[in-house]
Amino acid sequence: MVAVRASLEDMTSSPADQPGATDTTDAKIAAYAHPERLVTTDWLAAQIAAGATGPGTGIVILESDEDVLLYETGHIPTSLKLDWHQDLNDPLTRDYVGAEQFARLMTARGISRDTTVVVYGDKSNWWAAYALWVMSLFGHPDVRLLDGGRAKWVAEGREMTREVPSVPAGGDDAAYPLSARDDAPIRAFKDDVLAHLGKPLVDVRSPGEYSGELLHMPDYPQEGAVRGGHIPGAKSVPWARAAAEDGTFKPRAELEAIYLTEQGLSPDEDVVAYCRIGERSSHTWFVLTHLLGFDNVRNYDGSWTEWGNAVRVPIEK
Amino acid sequence: MSDNSSRMPESLAEIAADFRDSSPQERLQLLLEFSDELPPLPERYAGHLDQLEQVHECQSPLFLVVEVGASPGVAPDDQRVDLFFSAPPEAPTTRGFAGILHEGLDGRTVAEVLGTPDDAPMSFALAEVVSPLRLRGMVAMLSRIKRQTALKSAASATPDAPASTPDASSASRG
Repeated sequence: MVAVRASLEDMTSSPADQPGATDTTDAKIAAYAHPERLVTTDWLAAQIAAGATGPGTGIVILESDEDVLLYETGHIPTSLKLDWHQDLNDPLTRDYVGAEQFARLMTARGISRDTTVVVYGDKSNWWAAYALWVMSLFGHPDVRLLDGGRAKWVAEGREMTREVPSVPAGGDDAAYPLSARDDAPIRAFKDDVLAHLGKPLVDVRSPGEYSGELLHMPDYPQEGAVRGGHIPGAKSVPWARAAAEDGTFKPRAELEAIYLTEQGLSPDEDVVAYCRIGERSSHTWFVLTHLLGFDNVRNYDGSWTEWGNAVRVPIEK
Repeated sequence: MSDNSSRMPESLAEIAADFRDSSPQERLQLLLEFSDELPPLPERYAGHLDQLEQVHECQSPLFLVVEVGASPGVAPDDQRVDLFFSAPPEAPTTRGFAGILHEGLDGRTVAEVLGTPDDAPMSFALAEVVSPLRLRGMVAMLSRIKRQTALKSAASATPDAPASTPDASSASRG
């Protein structure tokens, strides 16, 4: 656990020294445990206007959506696409890419180890949070979310483009260094969850999935399971409770009222979050870790598509 | 692959060939063009999504309805099939799938639509650019189109039977 805290502090203490300094323009963001993990649309627009963003610069903007074609219909100027399925998943094994492939993905987007990466996406940043979490597995020091994601940017009538920025051809110096993936601090596997039973678990799926009435998420029947219910002892806190109407994160006090007061979670406890394939729980992982300052939250990405299909694991209804 | 193409209506087989002959990046652009060009619903369906069937296998809301012609003196198998789709602009992949099926199957005959292989969506070399998981939505769309075509063709061939729109709940797969 000591190692976990140390690595999280390394990850969260450096951004102020990075080219993209922390967004201090917003009182709501300043109140979070790690305000350097979130930026406002105003802040991002100002960075773009100043020419401070784009491949090879200090700030690289990535769009990560559920819909693989949404980026092509128009995106935030200077941004590039990072697709959760095509880019971040290993094509054969149900796992994420390894260090070499990750380095190639980053290099191809003009990202170096000291680049400030701002991720945004559709669906209240589900997939953006997922991409941020995967980048955190590789210990990328400074990766942030755009509060409100794609929908807020569009709703505010801000500029969108179909122009894809070119990535400067760098030499070997420009290549992203091989960085080992370190799963243990923030990722839980099925055996980890079995060993964790009795400690806090957060089920972020819809109430119908939690109760076992639904074997899949509404409108996602292809990601079903043969058993319904939830992992024993898990608390039901649908991910969307952390999001406001406009897709931004709720203010810290409101989040504390949900996760601390109502659910009785404590920032010094070990917590595991899960959903169906790990993307909605990445959103909750982000909330607990970066907005509320929990020290040890792991995302169980196997989630219900693994647990609800696994043989002889305990299930509660 | 070639076996499937030979059984697809020529219009759909040509689109499949265009996709297969393109680079992966061009394939995405092509899919985007189909998404952009998906025609809006005609007035009689606009605002009446309850008259359309929702394809639940698509990750974004997609609704479709099939109309089968009833031209006198034309055999049931040769009646014309018209397709109508509705999907929001923020679901361009789903719209692109719909656009391909519209371009390839709209205006074809009942026999051509029903003869389209169920796995025709695998002939567009799209799995590697959009992922096989997402392609399932297109497979589901095609199966709904064929199912509605078969039902409505049978209904119009039997003048006494009411033409019915299949309801989504009975059509969802186990």
